[in-house]
Amino acid sequence: MIPVGFDYARPDTVDGAVALLAEHGEDATLLAGGHSLLPVMKLRLAAPELVIDIGKLTELQYIRVDGDGDDSWVAIGAGTRHRAVEASDVLATECPLLPAVARTVGDPQVRHRGTLGGSLAHADPASDLPAAVLALGGTVVLRSPRGERQVPITGFYTGVFSSVKEPDELIVEIRVPRTGGAGWAYEKFVRRANDWAIVGVAVVDGRVGLVNMGSTPLRATQTEAALADGASIEEAAALADERTEPPTDLAATAEYRRHLARVLTRRALTTAANG
Amino acid sequence: MTEKVQITVNGRSTTAEVEPRLLLVHYLRDVVGLKATNIGCDTTSCGACTVLLDGESVKSCTLLTVQADQQSVTTMEGLSPDPEHLHPVAAAFHAEHGLQCGFCTPGMVMAAAGLLQENPHPTEREVREGLEGNLCRCTGYHNIVRAVLAAAGKDPAEAEDSPAELAAPGFSTGSSS
Repeated sequence: MIPVGFDYARPDTVDGAVALLAEHGEDATLLAGGHSLLPVMKLRLAAPELVIDIGKLTELQYIRVDGDGDDSWVAIGAGTRHRAVEASDVLATECPLLPAVARTVGDPQVRHRGTLGGSLAHADPASDLPAAVLALGGTVVLRSPRGERQVPITGFYTGVFSSVKEPDELIVEIRVPRTGGAGWAYEKFVRRANDWAIVGVAVVDGRVGLVNMGSTPLRATQTEAALADGASIEEAAALADERTEPPTDLAATAEYRRHLARVLTRRALTTAANG
Repeated sequence: MTEKVQITVNGRSTTAEVEPRLLLVHYLRDVVGLKATNIGCDTTSCGACTVLLDGESVKSCTLLTVQADQQSVTTMEGLSPDPEHLHPVAAAFHAEHGLQCGFCTPGMVMAAAGLLQENPHPTEREVREGLEGNLCRCTGYHNIVRAVLAAAGKDPAEAEDSPAELAAPGFSTGSSS
């Protein structure tokens, strides 16, 4: 399968990429790892006129602790590849949920190419990492010709494959809290190796993120509220599918997904509580 | 519009003017003329087109040639340039009969070579997970796992001694595990 022809640009800097985006708007698309974009271009479901390659921009590839003391967080460059997240010593100590979830994405070849920013930008509700960043209460940093803005991930997604990111905005950084020793867990249910999650549940520090339970990644808000009110894990997990709208597809019915969300949430909360 | 690329393939510099939409696997097969890298599913699933890009395994059906500009690619031909002296992974696939029809083999060997560079002493479980991105429809994977363990200097019988637990293929991970 061959993509429709396109023009190609590989700017040397993030600002160069932002300038190209501003110039070409919706006719242009960003290429980072390409493992969401190239498959749809090969199927000719997407045919951008200009592909802006940001995959070699090392200024987007870093993992570090930023800020001071109590007001500090882990900053991850949007171009950081899944493999680098998986292998990061900083994240292993500061935010161990994220590397554990990254390790469940695709396969090694995919993780050598795919990037955290690309996964968040693609906005697929079946993706693992957006729900993990949602459970973490992370922040997305966007840059455009108008400057930078920070969007809490809780307000980032608007629907399937869509977010508040404007066509001329580029995700430059993802910020996640330093969760340190807080209990965490990730439960991903698939039938075959290498599949997308039928349902996934990420838990950290009493917050619960759901994969594939609606048109966007979701928080299990009723479960979180019940836990905060002192409910048992069993009671709280039984509420995990409330206020969700899971899809019915070839892999599972909506009702089965609701069942999975409750069971996987119970398992994840139990694992996290025993940590 | 074409773009000029310079890509080191198996230690040899190659240059060409290519369309931006040219996939790396087509560059390797049709421009450079190296046919060992197979096109299987063409959808990032089967791993038959796996090559090493700067030492890391990638699926060359899901990479534009222009993305590999100024980088280094290793294919099956480059892994064992002298047929009399096979690379340890290729030799182990031969010794352990880690193939039947052979179509997946170049990708499987390249993925295994990449795995052993990152993890020189994998357990059987780590071998199976490390080859998750490569499908073989003949062998049932058994002798492939034996071959990779043997290439890592382990007794391939370890594949029988410690069978991977028969768990569901999902993931269950957390701070207490």
